[in-house]
Amino acid sequence: MKTATINTDTNILSENGIQFPSKVMLDLHNLKKVYPTPKGDYVVLEDLNLQIMKEEFVTIIGHSGCGKTTMLSMIAGLNPISGGNIAVLGNPVKGPGPDRGVIFQAPSLMPWMTALENVLLGVNQVFPHASKKERKDIAKYYLHKVGLDGSFDKKAIALSQGMQQRVGIARAFAIKPKVLLLDEPFGMLDSLTRGELQDILIEIWNKEKITAVMITHDVDEAIFLADRVVMMTSGPRAKIGDILNIDFERPRTRKSVLEHDDYYKYRKHLIEFLEH
Amino acid sequence: MKQSITLNKITQLMGFGFLKPITALFTGKPQKEDIVNFLKKIIVPLLSILLFLGVWQGGSKALFNKEANFKIEKALADQGQAAADEIRACIASGEISCQPNTLPSPSQVWTSFKTLLEDHKVISADKLAFKEKTAVMNEKRIAAGKEPITYTGRPSFVDQIFTSLKTVFAGFLLALVIAVPIGVVIGLSTTLRSSFNWLIQIFKPVSPVVWLLLVFMIVKTLTKDSNSDSAFIISFISVGLCSMWATLVNTAMGVSSVDKDYINVAKVLKLGPMQKVFKVILPSSLPLIFTGLRITLSVAWMVLIAIELLAQSPGLGSFVWEEFQNGAIDSNSKIIVAMFIIGIIGFLLDRIMLTIQNMVSFNKNEGV
Repeated sequence: MKTATINTDTNILSENGIQFPSKVMLDLHNLKKVYPTPKGDYVVLEDLNLQIMKEEFVTIIGHSGCGKTTMLSMIAGLNPISGGNIAVLGNPVKGPGPDRGVIFQAPSLMPWMTALENVLLGVNQVFPHASKKERKDIAKYYLHKVGLDGSFDKKAIALSQGMQQRVGIARAFAIKPKVLLLDEPFGMLDSLTRGELQDILIEIWNKEKITAVMITHDVDEAIFLADRVVMMTSGPRAKIGDILNIDFERPRTRKSVLEHDDYYKYRKHLIEFLEH
Repeated sequence: MKQSITLNKITQLMGFGFLKPITALFTGKPQKEDIVNFLKKIIVPLLSILLFLGVWQGGSKALFNKEANFKIEKALADQGQAAADEIRACIASGEISCQPNTLPSPSQVWTSFKTLLEDHKVISADKLAFKEKTAVMNEKRIAAGKEPITYTGRPSFVDQIFTSLKTVFAGFLLALVIAVPIGVVIGLSTTLRSSFNWLIQIFKPVSPVVWLLLVFMIVKTLTKDSNSDSAFIISFISVGLCSMWATLVNTAMGVSSVDKDYINVAKVLKLGPMQKVFKVILPSSLPLIFTGLRITLSVAWMVLIAIELLAQSPGLGSFVWEEFQNGAIDSNSKIIVAMFIIGIIGFLLDRIMLTIQNMVSFNKNEGV
């Protein structure tokens, strides 16, 4: 007898396995990554399954070298998939594209362009039919949102690391991606700047509600930003070890999160996982 | 105050950072460290110039004496005491015909420099007079469909300099036009890079003289039925071919080693191939391309002299060669004048390139 697997919250599969419109934005299914080495294959990821819902903010935490960045760059389409598949709204990922915006660890701005030109580079690509002024307005709007009002025409190289990463955030949001992928975007910043940028990120995110997947090393950052914190096991053959739901209300403030009764419970959960 | 800032900026950009102590001394109030800087960066180099001139003076004096003694002893052995005394007196009197021919002293070189400038004045006056004289006749000739009469007199030293500059720029442009596009294409494709690498590696070390001969073989045949200036064509093509390799290699390297992050950004934004090349790859490899162009220009200037000398093409190279063949009493000092002029022009060309490089590059490094 055939049985239909019904999950009220995520996928609705019919009897023949066709996926109906669902809340799933990003679906990683039995994902595998193998790097061939002279000593034989090195399996980074194996049997990795993860579903990320629309308008969800997921942070991924795990030990260095466990394959978090590999996973993220596979979602971005920058790294080929060895096995399994990744789908965005049911469409398999075949390569990079502007439906998946990426904020890299290094700001990766073109140093010879101004802040505005850097953002426009993406906007021009995504909205080729908009007028020049409209495109400029989009870029300016997002630069304004990240607090760079006075720096539109500054060369990227003249900006501080934190300001550069702000431009990176503006560039990623301005192309209106379906999924936002963040690879430790604040890892290189000092803790004060990091806090500022987390606030800016979450403020824009609250407005745009773009599905976000963010890698971080920082437990507090993971809790503050996320709806779910995904913990990855250490490699090789890394997979999802545990998932923690963070039930704080949105919009959140840093203060309300820190003062919440569950905060230290969540924190303890994550640290215990990482220490094992 | 503001003026001194912009002045400093300009000197910095031009790579004339060493002028800063002077501008610091004359703009605004000189501080104690400004004076120390002035001593360190201006006075000490000036002393080194004096030392250089001193060694040169001493050296040329010693060589002069050696040559003179040799002359006198030779006369003594061949013709006896009387002839030797005559030559000694002749040398001491400064008579031009019997001066020993050797390394000229700084003052002789300076005199020759002034002579060359005088010579230039005379020749340009002559040229102008010729032009005026033939103006009416030339108009008639052109109207009648004949070639106008042009001045065919001896070019002055300054004319030679300009001819050389013209040749070097033509060669440099040729190198730029050939090497940059090929470098970009080779840099973009690993397949092309590995398939053409042998060619670059083999031809890069070939001597300018051989390039000249190769170009000569080809151009001689191609220009057989035209009366164009083949010496100029041969020399500028040879200069271009000799000097383009640095640009080719640097461009290919710059294009192939673009920061992976920028490439990833281009991939994520799905930039088209043209946009990727013009908005990401070329700007990011500009610093290396310009480093290559700077090397190319200095190599071009360096080989130019040798090539002009061999190709019998007018310019500083043939000036040096003619003076050497000439063997007049001031030939040696004229050669030394040419040497300094070549060096100074080479230095200025390098500074010009450095200025352009600093203006277009996004990471502003002071060049060496």
